[in-house]
Amino acid sequence: MFARLVYESFRRQKRRKLLAGAAITLGVTVATAMIAVATDIGDKIDRELRTIGANLLVTPEEDTLDVEIGGVNLKPPSDGAFLNEADLPKIKGTFWHNNITGFAPMLPVNVALRRDGATDNLTLLGTYFAKRVSFGKEEFTTGVRSTHPWWKVSGAWPDENDNDNSRDVLLGERLAARLSAKTGDELTVSGRQLHVSGILSTGGAEDDQIVAPIALAQEILGKPGAVRRVYVSAITKPEDALARRDPRSMSGPVYDRWYCSPYPQSIAFQLQEAIPHSHAEQIRQVAQSEGVVLTRIEGLIFLITLAALFASALAVSAAMATAIFERRAEVGLMKALGAGKLAIASVFFAEATLLALFGGLVGFAAGGLLAHQIGRSIFDSQITIPPVLLPVILSIAVVVTFAGSAAAIRKAVRLDPVFALRGGL
Amino acid sequence: MSLSHSARDVAASRTQAPHTSMFVRMLVRAAVLRRGRALSALLAMVVAAAVTTAMLNLYVDVQAKLRREFRNYGANIILVGRDGASFPANALTQVESVLGGRGVVAPFALVVARTSDGQPVVVAGTDFDRARQLDRWWSVSDWPSAPQQALVGVRALSLVSPKNQPFDLSFQGHTIHLTSAGTVRTGAAEDSRVYLSLADFISWTGVRPSTIEVAASGSPEEISDIMRQLEQAIPAADVRPVRQIMEGEARVLGKTRATLLAAAALIILTAALCVLSTLMGWVFDRRRDFAIMKALGASDRLLNGFFAAEAAVLGASGAVIGFVLGVGIAAWIGRVNFHAPVVPRFSVLPFVLAGSIVVTLLSAVLPIWLLRRVQPAVILRGE
Repeated sequence: MFARLVYESFRRQKRRKLLAGAAITLGVTVATAMIAVATDIGDKIDRELRTIGANLLVTPEEDTLDVEIGGVNLKPPSDGAFLNEADLPKIKGTFWHNNITGFAPMLPVNVALRRDGATDNLTLLGTYFAKRVSFGKEEFTTGVRSTHPWWKVSGAWPDENDNDNSRDVLLGERLAARLSAKTGDELTVSGRQLHVSGILSTGGAEDDQIVAPIALAQEILGKPGAVRRVYVSAITKPEDALARRDPRSMSGPVYDRWYCSPYPQSIAFQLQEAIPHSHAEQIRQVAQSEGVVLTRIEGLIFLITLAALFASALAVSAAMATAIFERRAEVGLMKALGAGKLAIASVFFAEATLLALFGGLVGFAAGGLLAHQIGRSIFDSQITIPPVLLPVILSIAVVVTFAGSAAAIRKAVRLDPVFALRGGL
Repeated sequence: MSLSHSARDVAASRTQAPHTSMFVRMLVRAAVLRRGRALSALLAMVVAAAVTTAMLNLYVDVQAKLRREFRNYGANIILVGRDGASFPANALTQVESVLGGRGVVAPFALVVARTSDGQPVVVAGTDFDRARQLDRWWSVSDWPSAPQQALVGVRALSLVSPKNQPFDLSFQGHTIHLTSAGTVRTGAAEDSRVYLSLADFISWTGVRPSTIEVAASGSPEEISDIMRQLEQAIPAADVRPVRQIMEGEARVLGKTRATLLAAAALIILTAALCVLSTLMGWVFDRRRDFAIMKALGASDRLLNGFFAAEAAVLGASGAVIGFVLGVGIAAWIGRVNFHAPVVPRFSVLPFVLAGSIVVTLLSAVLPIWLLRRVQPAVILRGE
């Protein structure tokens, strides 16, 4: 009898069930989409913040002091220690390698530019532009084009991949203006004939420099494989009290938690482990400020997600209350026929559960699609929903539907059957 | 007897009561008699209007709030003396007068000095108070507070003062005796420098600042305007934007606003549907009133007018209460998340008001439209 009551109610009152179901579906859709966006927003915004530049810097462990003013290094170029270029792909072998979006080695060397009989002392910066690097079986492309996305080139980026002896370089825009050189010109630098493939504009010290593939800088310096420093761009988590602790003073489980969280500190620590004789440190200007901005945006989206959950819970409750209120006559009939309060309430709750489960499933799928759309149109990347969320969302849907129905059901059950059947108040 | 007596009383009180039109009385009685459902409809309206107001307020204000957070990244404009020349003494005040309080300015002067054993080290002179405000990411153990005190970069420390003892630096034959007040760690070039107060620096080296860093707040247009004014005010300076900061800021702001807009649209849609379903239920429920009015000879126009007026009153009062609440919610979110309240935007009110009235009208007129062909007798019979 119970099952038949519920079944018939769904069969005969399609319109009402559809309305309530639609409200639940919509509520769950909005809730799912917002939860998905909120859980992923940190990652997405952090990727955008990577435009500001690398947040970690790897230098040789025993390095001498930099004597650098306005991008001109006054230190003798062969002075100090170097990292080995061959060690760099190991960056992709660290625990958080999926969080490392790119790295770029740098090797500044002092060069003499001969032009019209005069000699000009300049800095030539060797680096990767978009170099293909392989680690194990994995192949990836990295260089300043991913770590320094604000570098703009008019002309072409030098190609460092197919031709090891490429003589293509970029000329900083202020230097180019001073030399009145342009794309396609040939320069004589430290006895080598270089070809300007493009003019580089960065707004920084590189505007006064020549930027070349790192192999060329190593050749001029006479130190094959030498790298002065490496900029690493990594997706990190804003640091908290745990992040700031010294790993050497931690106990086992705490250390594991620290090591396995993508804090700037722990990624720096892992880089140091991966690259022999290196010292890795967060660039505080980028890493710290990023933490502040990320925390704010995440907080904002979190609060808004709460508002969305609240609004959808309210919409579901309102729809359920209306649906039950309309069925007072039915309640009156059941009561007149001798049904107890419990029996009536359980019919309604069973219906609500069915509606919630069904609406929840459809809403979860629709919310997933919506989140996917938001991710694609705003961030040009995927927002995926962890399937673990499904039971959570379903139980929230059931609870909210119950809560929304409870008051209306109580009122309906309390009503005198005479009034209910007469259709009065 | 007593019945007719009380009836007479009622009649007497009615004649003395201020004359109100039947229309207004019907409106008021409908709200008073079914206050439970009227209240729940109003509540739905208030919540919807509040959420909408809060979202719109946040959407308008979030840019300004986030821009402020982005000033944690420090300077977004750098002034460099042309060809490395120093600035005139009044350059800093000129920059400040252009900014007019819309940002922070810090001067920097740099030279290469020698330690007592002849090692080169970069020494910078700056205004510590300003540098502290501008470069908030500097992790400093102790800021210098007295003359002849230096702030030593963590990497420079082992070179100039490994045992934290007082040290000498010399530049072009002039020597300065310094003590280390504390260390600075940034993970960048600052780590290998020694910082002095500008007064010490100038009296020692005679070199004036050649770099002024500016963290200007405002929209991209305001900042390019500031840059133009700086170029005019200080012709000796090469004014450069810090491009990575500006571009990153613009991107993040854009994406955050887009996300917020999507969220606002979803929330407002949900809230509107909530109002729609509650109100439609309410109006639908009163089909007996509707039928009685029709049976008593009310025209379709009057009926439509009655329910529309009711809806408009509900929408308007819900919108106003909701607006106040929403401003409160936005201010609270601002305080909790950004540590600065979101300033209420009254320009949002007309939109919320118009939106509320449209939604309530829609939800009142739709059931009426569905019921208009039904005979009153059918409804009254309870079918």
